[in-house]
Amino acid sequence: MTDTGGEGRHVSSDTNTSNLSASDVYHHQDAANAVAASGHEADVVDETIARAYWRANLKLLGKLLTVWFLVSYGAGILLANWLDQFHLFGFKLGFWFAQQGAIYTFVALIFIYVWQMKKIEHRLGIDDDDAPSAPVAPAQDQGEG
Amino acid sequence: MDTQTLSFLFIGLSFALYIGIAVWARAGSTKDFYVAGGGVHPALNGMATAADWMSAASFISMAGIISFMGRDGAVYLMGWTGGYVLLALLLAPYLRKFGQFTVPDFIGERYYSKTARVVAVICLIFVSFTYVAGQMRGVGIVFSRFLEVDVTMGVLIGMGVVFVYAVLGGMKGITYTQVAQYCVLIFAFLVPAIFISILMTGNPVPQVGFGSTLSDGSGLYLLDKLDAVLVDLGFSPYTNGNKATIDVFAITLALMVGTAGLPHVIVRFFTVPKVSDARLSAGYALVFIAILYTTAPAVAAFARANFVETVHGTAYTEMPNWFRNWEDTDLIAWQDKNGDGIIQYHNGAALVGVKPQFSGGRGDHGERLVENGPSANPNEVYVDRDIMVLANPEIANLPGWVIALVAAGGVAAALSTAAGLLLVISAAVSHDLLRKTFMPGLSDRQELWYARGAAAVAVTIAGIAGIYPPDFVAAVVAFAFGLAAASFFPVILMGIFYKRMNKEGAIAGMVTGLVFTSSYIVYFKLIAPKLNSSAHWLFGISPEGIGTIGMLLNFAVALAVCRYTPAPPVAVQDLVDDIRIPSGAGIAHTH
Repeated sequence: MTDTGGEGRHVSSDTNTSNLSASDVYHHQDAANAVAASGHEADVVDETIARAYWRANLKLLGKLLTVWFLVSYGAGILLANWLDQFHLFGFKLGFWFAQQGAIYTFVALIFIYVWQMKKIEHRLGIDDDDAPSAPVAPAQDQGEG
Repeated sequence: MDTQTLSFLFIGLSFALYIGIAVWARAGSTKDFYVAGGGVHPALNGMATAADWMSAASFISMAGIISFMGRDGAVYLMGWTGGYVLLALLLAPYLRKFGQFTVPDFIGERYYSKTARVVAVICLIFVSFTYVAGQMRGVGIVFSRFLEVDVTMGVLIGMGVVFVYAVLGGMKGITYTQVAQYCVLIFAFLVPAIFISILMTGNPVPQVGFGSTLSDGSGLYLLDKLDAVLVDLGFSPYTNGNKATIDVFAITLALMVGTAGLPHVIVRFFTVPKVSDARLSAGYALVFIAILYTTAPAVAAFARANFVETVHGTAYTEMPNWFRNWEDTDLIAWQDKNGDGIIQYHNGAALVGVKPQFSGGRGDHGERLVENGPSANPNEVYVDRDIMVLANPEIANLPGWVIALVAAGGVAAALSTAAGLLLVISAAVSHDLLRKTFMPGLSDRQELWYARGAAAVAVTIAGIAGIYPPDFVAAVVAFAFGLAAASFFPVILMGIFYKRMNKEGAIAGMVTGLVFTSSYIVYFKLIAPKLNSSAHWLFGISPEGIGTIGMLLNFAVALAVCRYTPAPPVAVQDLVDDIRIPSGAGIAHTH
């Protein structure tokens, strides 16, 4: 959970010194969990890898968002009347896309994205899987309160 | 046991469960209170997100609205699910990597500006309060109809329960309570839908059932029959669209983008352990949401078919009890225009005026008399769309325990959403306004107490709004989505995907989107409601869909202003590089 690192928090200190004490408190708090949460706090990612990763990500986003647009705004709205001449069992096709098909596609799109991003991240060696950040069950936290 | 006793029992048991969970999962630190310690399993977070998202409106009102809108109801179905694709692909993973507590946090840090943070807090509070007042009203409706207690009493009980687990447990208590609430509400929504689907079509899967043939021996497809019956009564066919295409397009887009920009939804993705979990969790959330959202249009079609069949051509004295019960709660009215004692149901408004004004007297057949003048058309029935889901099990003659279950589900839906909203309000006040802006010296422990105090105040205000619902609440629900679409979504998106975007551009964009969208909605909904028709709308886009234009304006203004103002500091550009990479402390830079 501390794989977010501290960089983000330092930003406010640059422009707003009064935040220094506030950010520091979070660090102390996070530090307690840091040992368990992150195996590579000190890692830095090479800039060319970062660029390749971002390009691959944008390409994938473009493809998936095109499908997202086509099923909802295309089949469900703009082409719905035309598609209604076809039938899927008792549904007119345009009606089915608008009230059912688009939603099923949305679900599929997110899981394809999850799967493809894992693949890209694994290929470039920047996945966040190796961090042993086991979910904290609420029962274990009872002592803190 | 009668239905009312069962309703008390089910609601009582579910309340005991929620409070038990809250005590078990109480918050010990601000991190627990704001983001549940950041250690929630993605599937559980998905379930909690689904409960958080599906409000009283989704559970009680949506299927009812669709059953009267037909195909055009898809604006809600697609609009309130498609946003999760945007959330999972464009926002959630990066905001998780950023790893702070609130949405204004991100905006304040990314745009290195207290002004941006405060503008974001104002948007957030406005959006969230609009939304939460509606939840409390939903609790009130369920209590008054099923438990026959006063609406005020119902809201007070609801407030009490939310108070216990939101104020005590913070995000941690809320998350695990919402998991339980999801189970209650989805079970309550599916059981009657499955029952009715079997009764009407013989198919136990509602999603398939409403595209199947009727089991009455006619061999007709349910939707074809429904189209034919409605056309006979003067309505347009159920499966046809009636709204202008551009308006359907704009409303759907505003709802999608608004969903992705709603702070109480975004903040849920701060609770999972890793960036990849944020993506996965959004996928789980949409699965859990889609279960209800694909069932709702089936329920809508079943309910409309059942309603027409039961009501039209039946003598008032022969009507089943539910008709009179809902008449007693002012949500149904019948005016015997032709004096034949038989109910005629047709297209058009039955009464002059928006709502029935009951005179207190009874007519020849025992119906409650209304003071509204009769309208010119033959329709004799006024029916509030909100009753369709709640009345559906009764209309279909289902057993009492199913009806009681629906009551408990409605309350679960309302409470889970209310709690999530109250949390983002309290976090925005204690974290963004107090600690990060006005009282920087606060310790973690003090901040936690301020957060609890802010949650308590927010619960109280929401409760008051539920007891004395301001007239404009129903009229401005469009606000929540329109404003989220026109303010939050563009600045967060550009904050991640456009490194050059600076504070001047972001603030100018946010303010433009906000001012344009809110003035358009205020003008048509509050100042000149008589002009609220497509002839007067900009490009034929209704106030519900105007967030789409607001969003485009936000992008345009932000990009233009950004071109002529200085680039953001190097530290901020490094921050953007950092949140784009899921692992490690960041990328290497040559300084």
